[in-house]
Amino acid sequence: MTARTASLWQFRQPSVIPGFGLALGVTLSWLILIILIPLSGLAWRSSALGWSTFWTLATDTRTVNALRISFGTAFLAALVNVIFGVILAWVLVRYRFPGKRIIDAMVDLPFALPTAVAGIALTALYAPNGWIGSLLTPFGIKIAFTPIGIVFALVFVGLPFVVRTVQPIMEEIDKEVEEAAATLGANRFQTIRRVLLPGLAPAVLTGFALAFARGVGEYGSVIFIAGNLPYVSEIAPLLIVIRLEEFNYPAATAIAAVMLIISFAMLLIINTIQAWSRRRYGYGA
Amino acid sequence: MEVRVQNIRKEFSRFPALNDVSLDIRSGELIALLGPSGSGKTTLLRLIAGLESPTDGTVYFGNEDASRKTVQQRNIGFVFQHYALFRHMTVLDNVSFGLTIRPASRRPAKAEIRKRALELLDLVQLTGLEKRYPAQLSGGQRQRVALARAMAVEPNVLLLDEPFGALDAQVRKELRRWLREIHDRTGHTTVFVTHDQDEALELADRVVVMSKGKIEQIGTPDEIYDTPNSPFVFGFIGQSNILPVKVENGQLVLDGQPIGVSAQGEKDGPAQLYFRPHDIELLDGASGISGTVTVTRRVAGTRHVELDVSAAKSKVEIELPPEKVTSDHSRLSFRPTRWKLFRETA
Repeated sequence: MTARTASLWQFRQPSVIPGFGLALGVTLSWLILIILIPLSGLAWRSSALGWSTFWTLATDTRTVNALRISFGTAFLAALVNVIFGVILAWVLVRYRFPGKRIIDAMVDLPFALPTAVAGIALTALYAPNGWIGSLLTPFGIKIAFTPIGIVFALVFVGLPFVVRTVQPIMEEIDKEVEEAAATLGANRFQTIRRVLLPGLAPAVLTGFALAFARGVGEYGSVIFIAGNLPYVSEIAPLLIVIRLEEFNYPAATAIAAVMLIISFAMLLIINTIQAWSRRRYGYGA
Repeated sequence: MEVRVQNIRKEFSRFPALNDVSLDIRSGELIALLGPSGSGKTTLLRLIAGLESPTDGTVYFGNEDASRKTVQQRNIGFVFQHYALFRHMTVLDNVSFGLTIRPASRRPAKAEIRKRALELLDLVQLTGLEKRYPAQLSGGQRQRVALARAMAVEPNVLLLDEPFGALDAQVRKELRRWLREIHDRTGHTTVFVTHDQDEALELADRVVVMSKGKIEQIGTPDEIYDTPNSPFVFGFIGQSNILPVKVENGQLVLDGQPIGVSAQGEKDGPAQLYFRPHDIELLDGASGISGTVTVTRRVAGTRHVELDVSAAKSKVEIELPPEKVTSDHSRLSFRPTRWKLFRETA
């Protein structure tokens, strides 16, 4: 692996696998068509605003609050998903029990369900007069129509991302590694903390990144449960839609551009950490 | 430390993997568990380690009953066939792992742990590689890290499960010699599992031959090779030939013809004659066992000759000095110089 880094910029390497030129051509054109052209349109539109206009629009209090809510709730939801997603994946990989296949299939439901349906269902549950909401209201806990409700919705849509990225890596963990730790005197807790979790870190990070990215962009499920109070529970994607409906295109593009920049920066950082840990630990033992 | 296995039985969902096995391992001994796959050798090793619990029977470490203890409490060193290294840890961290997880009261100081790990890396000849990750090492190096890691906890007994099974022939040979050296230097009681008879015979002080969940024979490599006590051991260890013979008046008879081998003290009756390809002498004339040459092969320093022994309707293989050139379809006569008889009922 180290030998290959030297030839990083050597564009064409002799290879037994043919079609490099063609494959790369298809890849690049596809990426340009699907991702780059729409995004550069966005960049072009926002650059047409001029720097000072852009800045005023981007730092508008309502916009900043919406961005903070979007990224904050997505981050929290991704954290929650990492913790429970890892446990869920562990149970699915390690134990055999009746109904396992059903649970395994259930994990994918948030992928398939229209997010609006999920949003409505969650709202019905957590609203002050809903099944769960009515139990919590006496204690003064409000979930629906607050940022907590947004986190709940994002946890729902993000769960499969964590489970499905961590699961295959867990399946690869050799039982012998755990046994080795045990023979060296490690108890269960030490084995999990010192041996198993560090090995899973890259996969967990990927799952986190995916769940987070999904959460930032989520719209359908959130708008039902969030209540959409400006400055309090209004997410950035909704604010973009509102601006569009007001025919305020400059403001919409500015918010979109900021979201894009922050998301891209965060994903880039996460990917870098991942590449680093992967280089270090390598694939296969 | 002395390890005693007493009347161990192990069943996996009603299928017996070990059947009433008893074994005394002396302190400081290097002992091999040898057998084909499915013979229960790995199960026995894992039972000693505490990675499996016996259905019946007891394991003693010294005079202490270890059967009730968990793996963690037994303080053993275990080396796996596929290394089972912690791949997110450096070589040094792998080796120190067993010491760093001890409760504070029994944990040596940090500097002391590091010193001990470096000493062990020196012992396994990996000095200078302590900062590498397992992925950056060759198979042979990984297995040496695994051994150093197992020895770091000062184990009561060192258990190796096919330690060289995943390595190529050259490295295997080298590591084999090297393991013997390490053992002689450190004196750990060591049990290793192998299906490779050369490995067992070359390396071990004593060899335990196992088959179908039972111990067939325990003995020094010489005893196992020279005086196998069952047809299984004879057939499993080294090359062997089998011919159906009869004992008549203290003589061995093949298809009505005496073969010039006296078997004084053996009862009359049918028996199986076992002998090794190299334990033979060629005879002139038609006495002894005669057969037609079907194939000859030159293998290193000897010539292997396959003979069709029509009298027994079976084939035997003998080893001759390379100067002895035989042509196909020529006839050869020979007689075994060392052999063993096994009766059908045995």
